[in-house]
Amino acid sequence: MNTTSTAVPAAQPAPAEDAPSAAENRRPLARRVRDWLTAFGFTVPALVLFGLFVLLPIGYALYVSFFNWGGFGAPSNFVGADNYVRLLGDPVFLGDLWRGLLLVLASVGLQLPFALAVAVLLNQKLRGRAFYRMLFFAPYVLSEVITGVPFSMIFAPDDGLADKVLGAIGLDGLGGLWFADQDWALPTLFLVMMWKYFGFHMMLYLAGLQGIPAELHEAARLDGAGPWHRFRHITLPLLGPTIRMSVFLSVIGAIQLFDLVWVVTQGGPDHHSETMAVTLFQFGFKRYQIGYASAISIAMFLISLVFALLYQRYVLRRDTEGALTSMRATR
Amino acid sequence: MSGPSRPGGLSISSSPSGLSAPARRRLRSMPLYVVVWLIGVVMVTPLLYAVVSGFKTTDQLSDNAFGLPSPWVVSNYTDILASSSFWRMLGSSTLIAVGTTVLTVGAAALAAFALARFTFRGRELLFTLFTVGLMFPFAVAILPLFILLRTFGLLDNPWGVILPQAAFGLPMTLVILRGFFREIPGELEEAATLDGCSPFGFFWRVLLPMARPALGTVSVLAVVGSWNNFLLPLLVFSEPSWWTIPVGVQQFQGQYAADIARVFAYLVIAMIPALGFYAVAERQLIGGITAGATKG
Repeated sequence: MNTTSTAVPAAQPAPAEDAPSAAENRRPLARRVRDWLTAFGFTVPALVLFGLFVLLPIGYALYVSFFNWGGFGAPSNFVGADNYVRLLGDPVFLGDLWRGLLLVLASVGLQLPFALAVAVLLNQKLRGRAFYRMLFFAPYVLSEVITGVPFSMIFAPDDGLADKVLGAIGLDGLGGLWFADQDWALPTLFLVMMWKYFGFHMMLYLAGLQGIPAELHEAARLDGAGPWHRFRHITLPLLGPTIRMSVFLSVIGAIQLFDLVWVVTQGGPDHHSETMAVTLFQFGFKRYQIGYASAISIAMFLISLVFALLYQRYVLRRDTEGALTSMRATR
Repeated sequence: MSGPSRPGGLSISSSPSGLSAPARRRLRSMPLYVVVWLIGVVMVTPLLYAVVSGFKTTDQLSDNAFGLPSPWVVSNYTDILASSSFWRMLGSSTLIAVGTTVLTVGAAALAAFALARFTFRGRELLFTLFTVGLMFPFAVAILPLFILLRTFGLLDNPWGVILPQAAFGLPMTLVILRGFFREIPGELEEAATLDGCSPFGFFWRVLLPMARPALGTVSVLAVVGSWNNFLLPLLVFSEPSWWTIPVGVQQFQGQYAADIARVFAYLVIAMIPALGFYAVAERQLIGGITAGATKG
């Protein structure tokens, strides 16, 4: 970014591109204080809202996580790190981590490639492609609850639509208990997630594809590159930033998955489709073990934070627009 | 998977086959049409199944899952449309969505203005603080949030949902708006300042009108987020009087578990506002999602 040093002292709110210190030090102190107050004043409503309803709760959760507390009166019965020790030995929580990992792997390995393939497909001159784009994205707009309820009926054991369709085409053996089966609950959940979310990633990829100049493909075609080579050596690398972002969003989404699971299975059968957020909800709002549930909150928060920081640091670093690094990169 | 095929592409001259170029291209893209159509069928089936099932009785539903209803039962739909509880939920969902949107976009626009167009010490720290919020899953804070809302006396109160939703919507809105505000040329601001515009005057009379497309985009995102939120209203509203549509759907499913056809009808009606909104605001919604993902 160019450092247009507006030495004109009158330009009160200096252009954002300026490095703060250089231009700032030349202005008189009184003006600097006034400018700072003006700028800060604009951020006050957002800061209050954010501090009160985002930062404060997370800080409070950290505090409460050191207590064995039922949620009424002031937090009492300080237990130190006991809740965290218990967490690390809790098979349900460890299972949540494992299931979360499976969902992430399935998303990255199946859902995203599928979304990419469909995006490439719908980026061509197909008749009705606008309609298909709109249709594939539509489930994303619906609430998880509204999606979850019909699927719990479609995958109802033995006489839901899914079993009847499979029966009709002679694949009775494939159907079964779906959400009610310990081994099938998570895969079935993933199918519903794919139905709901692949259109979202498809839209991201379509936007990315539109940013790839057609001349590149044209030139490669002239040089005799086939469709696969053009995809592999033009589309895929140039779509890199979009793909990295969509992987990020899909991991964060998997970490916080709640609504769909809660409506469809409540984590069952026997925790086989449970996620961290569901475990947290169970302990916090069903069993009133607020201290322990807060420890789960903090664990979720740390997992998201560490993942996000590492991802920003090592994966998104080359995409200069990364949220946390953007300013440092442009300066 | 081939790249975007240009009309009159080079491949025509290099092939000796007897078919005309358009016909050959159509033939070659046949499998693609089949694939897209198949995916379309999978996407539509659950929705269509819900719509058709809503017109059946529950007995019909178990005897005849695939076929069209005979006779068509409209009472499932009309009963719901005639019930005051459905309209009340529609009302509170709307009120909460509007309140959340106004608050999120208002607070975020002010802050984005400061973070985009002022230079001051601590600016980047502040921006980083907000962007860290991008990766706070809502579920992480839900438990302490609930305790906090109880302490503030905001349970069974629409503000108890509006305020936290607005707070959690801030980071994404802020990132998108800040990116947009930075692209507005500095000369414009200098000109406004020379004409005696205060910073707020510039923000209100110049920047906001120019940013209307971006504001539309973030507003649509906020509306959709609020409309679909389930966890928070589920916890905050113990009384049915403020239930939003997702909470209502879940309760309705529990209440009429035996009358599946009625639940389907309810779901279909509950889908209509969201799908209608999507049809109207498709451009803003998709623009916002892609902007959020590339800039965030």
